[in-house]
Amino acid sequence: MDLQIALLLGQDGLSNGAIYALLALALVLVFAVTRVIFIPQGEFVAFGALTLASLQAGRLPGTIWLVLALGTVIALVDGSRALRGRQFRRIPWIVLVNCGIPLLLAGVLFAVSAASLPLPVQVLLALMLVVPLGPMIYRLAYQPVAEASVLVLLIVSVAVHVTLIGIGLLFFGAEGSRTPAFTDVSFELGDTLLQGQTILVVVASVVLIVALYFFFERTIYGKALRATAMNRTGARLMGISGTLAGMLSFTLAASIGAFSGILISPITTIYYDSGFLIGLKGFVGAIIGGLASYPVAAAGAILVGLLESYSSFWASAFKEVIVFTLIIPVLLWRSLKTRHVEEE
Amino acid sequence: MKIKLSISKLFVLVAAAFAAGVQADINVGVTLSATGPAASLGIPEKNTVALLPATIAGQKVNYIVFDDASDTTTAVKNTRKLIAENKVDVVIGSTTSPNSLAMIDVVAEAETPMIAMAASSRIIEPMDGKRYWVFKTPQNDAQMATAIVQHMIDNNVKTVAYIGFADAYGEGWWNEFSKIAEARKIQIVANERFNRADTSVTGQVLKTIAAKPDAVLIGGAGTPAALPQKSLKERGYKGIIYQTHGVANADFLRVCGKDCEGTFLPAGPVLVAAQLPDSNPIKKAALEYVVKYEAANGKGTASTFGAHAWDASKLLVNAVPVALKKGQPGTPEFRKALRDALENTRNLTAAHGVFNMSPQDHLGFDQRSRVMVKIEGGNWKLVQ
Repeated sequence: MDLQIALLLGQDGLSNGAIYALLALALVLVFAVTRVIFIPQGEFVAFGALTLASLQAGRLPGTIWLVLALGTVIALVDGSRALRGRQFRRIPWIVLVNCGIPLLLAGVLFAVSAASLPLPVQVLLALMLVVPLGPMIYRLAYQPVAEASVLVLLIVSVAVHVTLIGIGLLFFGAEGSRTPAFTDVSFELGDTLLQGQTILVVVASVVLIVALYFFFERTIYGKALRATAMNRTGARLMGISGTLAGMLSFTLAASIGAFSGILISPITTIYYDSGFLIGLKGFVGAIIGGLASYPVAAAGAILVGLLESYSSFWASAFKEVIVFTLIIPVLLWRSLKTRHVEEE
Repeated sequence: MKIKLSISKLFVLVAAAFAAGVQADINVGVTLSATGPAASLGIPEKNTVALLPATIAGQKVNYIVFDDASDTTTAVKNTRKLIAENKVDVVIGSTTSPNSLAMIDVVAEAETPMIAMAASSRIIEPMDGKRYWVFKTPQNDAQMATAIVQHMIDNNVKTVAYIGFADAYGEGWWNEFSKIAEARKIQIVANERFNRADTSVTGQVLKTIAAKPDAVLIGGAGTPAALPQKSLKERGYKGIIYQTHGVANADFLRVCGKDCEGTFLPAGPVLVAAQLPDSNPIKKAALEYVVKYEAANGKGTASTFGAHAWDASKLLVNAVPVALKKGQPGTPEFRKALRDALENTRNLTAAHGVFNMSPQDHLGFDQRSRVMVKIEGGNWKLVQ
């Protein structure tokens, strides 16, 4: 290995690591606030990328049907509850939010041909289609069992993951898609070529991480989420709704997932089931951070990206083995270092 | 007395005719991978099953289709269910080699013929008591690998690198290819693996390029095989790139785009059916399938994978009339007769080649079952 190869591998590892870092942050966020180990995190990556790809191919993304269907179910569930509680004034609002907005989105998709829109508008449309899935899934799958044990929530996560994979195959087909690059710029650095798209991934990830930092430090919603993460009961006593916190964290997780998908889809081919493995590598990063520390999780995810890149050079057949074996020493180290607290 | 006898004779005749009239339907069990990692192969097969003939030799045929989700355990479970509950006369499937290999024990135990749609030669070799019941329609990997090696020699390739899937497909191709390449004195300078779901193969590609091979063979199936090729081009690799027949569908061309120009691959003749010379008997059979499939599923949708299911049905259409003379569908005699008839298939022209089976060879394809194809202008082009 000469210096040039080492640099190229490092660049590759960093750009993958940046995506893993985003996902690791989302996983830590969801776990801290709702105690859900969010296995379907990766599915949002795939849905984001594939929705954008089908918009660009001029096809109607299947995601819109999912949003419409989930919205209708939520409207029915919440509506019947409001009826029983005789809160008639809430019903128009429930219907408007859960059915009206998705219908409006569907109308827009039918009215304009998405393939001819400029790229930023397409990205925005794709995000608007995928991000609502986050809070909707929380409302239907997790909110009814919000107080259950971590194990029950994990089982729900597995069910949601398997369902979303099946739906993904139905919507997007078995073959993958790749979207055109956001930028064709490339820089000559010494004798290595630095691709604009790779830089974009890293820069966008850093910007997003900084934005998240300010969200948690400076805004009232961010502080509410932090409070819930630290002490759920205490936060509730202070008037922070657990449901709102859950919805918010899932919205953030879905946005981060979909955005990551859109970022990497020009670099690699994304399949309906690619999300799982990407999410799992983010999860390794999150584990290194003990599912609690944001900076350590992000650093861990970058480490995963670098390790993956260099091991693919030295021993490509054992790449995944090496990446996932990393968990064992980390778990050993963590269990030796921290006092074990029995849950519940 | 004499009259009575003839009446009883007549009765027997009527009964026999009646029995022939209500003969049981032929039940064909199909298990394929319409979901899971092999879905891109299983879906065209499933679409093809919908086009198969509803009657063979005047006998109604029921197709019972199960999805095994590319999972070996499910494939075995499906096979047991098809045999025990649906009383099938023949099993078609499955899509992948591991699934098909696992099904052999089940069909042999139930003495039911099986026609696999998976490529590995291990499904029918070495011939033994169990594989006695097993046939297959796709070309063996070895046949395809020989075609690649021959093309390499013709194009003066001395050194070659291999980048393949880290699974049974990539491993199978590595075994076949490395064996044949070494025998023909082509030096293999790198051997790398990648995963279907990988987002980056930079490491493998850098190592490959550092070894400076004249050509690179990518052992992958479907659109994931485009990733190493795109990376090779991105890093400025100038040599010849070979793919395997696992990529032969329109989605691969869509995803790989201009980076796949000039790529060579071996494939079943059905892929370039329209370009075959009129003298080739396969042209007519292959076009028949392509036209039928595209009429039902849209232009440009036909792939070589669905044609394997089509060929399995061709074998049945040829064998069932013979077997019907020996027994009723639903009986062990019929299944045995069907197996014998399948083994006696001679000069049957199908979409992928001409079948000439023998007790030792339950595939029966020769050189005509593969062509070299070049990707040109975003299309498959037959290499003469």
